[in-house]
Amino acid sequence: MESLLLLVALSVALVFLIGAIFWRALQSGQFDDLERPAHDILDDDD
Amino acid sequence: MTAGCFHCGLPLLEPGRHRAFLLGAERELCCAGCEAVASTIAAGGFERYYEARTREAPPARPPGESKIEEPSGGEASLILERITCSACLWLIEQVVGRVPGVTGIHVNFATRRAQVAWDPSRTSLARIIAAVRAVGYDACPYEPRRQEERERRERRAELWRLFVAAFGAMQVMMYAFPAYVGEVSPEDMQLMRWAALLITAPVLAFACRPFFAGARRELATLRIGLDTPIALGLAGGFAASAWATLTASGEVYFDSISMLAFLLLAARYAEGALRRRAARALDPLLEWTSQKPVSKGQAVTVAPGERFPADGVVESGRSSADEALLTGESRPVAKAAGDRVVGGSVNLEQPLTMRVTHGGADTQAAAIARLAERAAASRPRLVEAADRVARVLTPLVIAAAGLAWLHSGNPWVAVAVLVVTCPCALALASPVVLTRAAGGLLARGALLTRSSALEPLARVTDVVIDKTGTLTQGRLALRRTHLLGESDAQRCLALAASLEASSRHPIARAFAGIEASPVEARHAVGEGIEARVDGRLVRIGSRDFCGAIVAIPPPGTNASVFLADDSGWLAAFELEDELRPHARRAIADMAQAGLTVHLASGDTPDAAGAVAGRLGIGRWQGAMTPQAKHDYVARLQAEGRVVAMIGDGVNDAPVLARADVSFAMGSGADAAQLKADVVLTGNSLDAVLRCIGVSKRAMRLVRQNLAWALAYNAVALPLAAAGWIGPWEAALFMGASSAAVLLNASRPLSGAPPWKASSFSSPSRSPSYS
Repeated sequence: MESLLLLVALSVALVFLIGAIFWRALQSGQFDDLERPAHDILDDDD
Repeated sequence: MTAGCFHCGLPLLEPGRHRAFLLGAERELCCAGCEAVASTIAAGGFERYYEARTREAPPARPPGESKIEEPSGGEASLILERITCSACLWLIEQVVGRVPGVTGIHVNFATRRAQVAWDPSRTSLARIIAAVRAVGYDACPYEPRRQEERERRERRAELWRLFVAAFGAMQVMMYAFPAYVGEVSPEDMQLMRWAALLITAPVLAFACRPFFAGARRELATLRIGLDTPIALGLAGGFAASAWATLTASGEVYFDSISMLAFLLLAARYAEGALRRRAARALDPLLEWTSQKPVSKGQAVTVAPGERFPADGVVESGRSSADEALLTGESRPVAKAAGDRVVGGSVNLEQPLTMRVTHGGADTQAAAIARLAERAAASRPRLVEAADRVARVLTPLVIAAAGLAWLHSGNPWVAVAVLVVTCPCALALASPVVLTRAAGGLLARGALLTRSSALEPLARVTDVVIDKTGTLTQGRLALRRTHLLGESDAQRCLALAASLEASSRHPIARAFAGIEASPVEARHAVGEGIEARVDGRLVRIGSRDFCGAIVAIPPPGTNASVFLADDSGWLAAFELEDELRPHARRAIADMAQAGLTVHLASGDTPDAAGAVAGRLGIGRWQGAMTPQAKHDYVARLQAEGRVVAMIGDGVNDAPVLARADVSFAMGSGADAAQLKADVVLTGNSLDAVLRCIGVSKRAMRLVRQNLAWALAYNAVALPLAAAGWIGPWEAALFMGASSAAVLLNASRPLSGAPPWKASSFSSPSRSPSYS
């Protein structure tokens, strides 16, 4: 029972943490252009 | 090895003049612009670009000097924000239309733009925008850079909502899972419920905001749209589950709610992406026309690769131009001194100096852009009917949900009913098809000025052609002059030129080179012109028109234009007109496609018959007045035929209006004044058949979508009301239905893909349009 309480609380905290990380990635423009990365992998050095 | 510019691939005009050291070698470039760009690339250490690219770069252009301009003349294009469905657009149209001083508003769903016209002495753009804001939307004058910024913000917000809903739904599913497999103690169950509540709350607060905002707007204006039932379902389900959690009783459905939110948002995201793509077809034109205008009469030198800044006439230089943006003609058009150039087309080979004749909003490109935007404001009858059905459907759905709840005693049945109905398939797929059809036609040399013309266009059975200027070049030349009286040829020609001087009819051009003296002329439409010269009544025109003032019977010649005064016949003129290139093939293609081609000409029966014979047109009639043409079309329509009329201008306006669909040849800057449903910007008859093909496919897609939407709702609604479909299955079905309709709407509209047509053009220029 106690372990479950801990795990559930942890999972909720984790959800919010991951949400915050995604928010930052979104605002930094990571998802603005989803076509470029496909071309970038053809680039050797970088 | 290529002989062109290393940067853009255009031909080298001055070999050895412009160079840059690239990829370990000295490379030749076509112009200073490319040289500057290439040097910058090299200096920045980005030479790898030249290795990695698969196509040449667009030719360099001088840096844009874009300037935001005050709208003058009481007309502006607005970007509309926060639009979610076509009911919103209806609302904006109503609200803005009621602002005192507004003379017109047209809203385009797919591009989310509005065209507003107002009386500057009575209202201002600021007041119009304030009116739009007052009902919860936003608008700003269209300016390309800002549009991009806004689009990006909107896309980010959409992605964020989608992520919150998706991630929340996954997590909540975890907490709900133990309840489904059983064997959980009540305390643990309560713990899971609280965790699910904690995560569903932000999903509803952040991700579902558009639904609630939309519902509030709809309720505030008492127009029930798509958002109200969805918001009711979400809020009701959440409130019931939260109550159950707080009181530790009953059932919770947090998993259903978050799953529902995710599916709805996913459908909306896909719809937004598709709509943005559909709207892009018109973008190059709109973007170009919003640039800084040049003033009339100015002389401008246009470097190769640059766009002509306005309509004008070439003063010096010899080059070719790419006019694909305006005419759909993908092959370069040669330009030399005296030729007309169209603003927005690209100078390809050498510098040209042009004299501006029409600048800014008067250019052909601006006129086409305005017409194209206006076109989307009218909708085919079928689509309008569907919109009305959708508006009636939603209140009915809410009522059905309420009844189902009362009857079953289970609120989840009501939620399922609210969610499973998919009126968006009715309201949302058609604008996508219409916008794509208009964009596709424009790329093929036909400008649709009224979307509602698509419907009759798809059913056309007969094509009636007005010979003058339609099958022929419209450049008449005098071939022979028959003298019929005592006057000599010089006097007859001078008289003819004087009478024709004030006319815009193509015949007048045959006499344009001859010195004329001013006379007060009276025009009899379709018959001729009369005037008093030196005290005598003189007439020029058809045999009958001239014969009316002459006692002697008309002489037998095969001339088409006669000159007479009240003392007798003076002369007859034989005129000749070149056939348009490809006219024969276009007519043959129409006949092969099952269309009956008619020729209704105002010319003499001889002349009309000659042209009909050369083109293989079986049904023809000559010497028709505008009234006779009108009756001819009406007779065909009485037989149940759907008539497309192809005319060229001023003298067939009444017939064009009578026909089910009207085409006009859009040469020159007159395109905007033509009162036709479709303007053939490329001046090519081929486009007529392509138009019919595209509209047939477009209307078929619209009909399929409507049929699907009706069938789907007819099946899904009773099932949900009977309680056989749960809330999240309902969301899944609804999302799938939307997706099916939208995917169907994005199927190709044309048999011949546009890239085939454009393969003639040199590849180096294509990137600048994309």
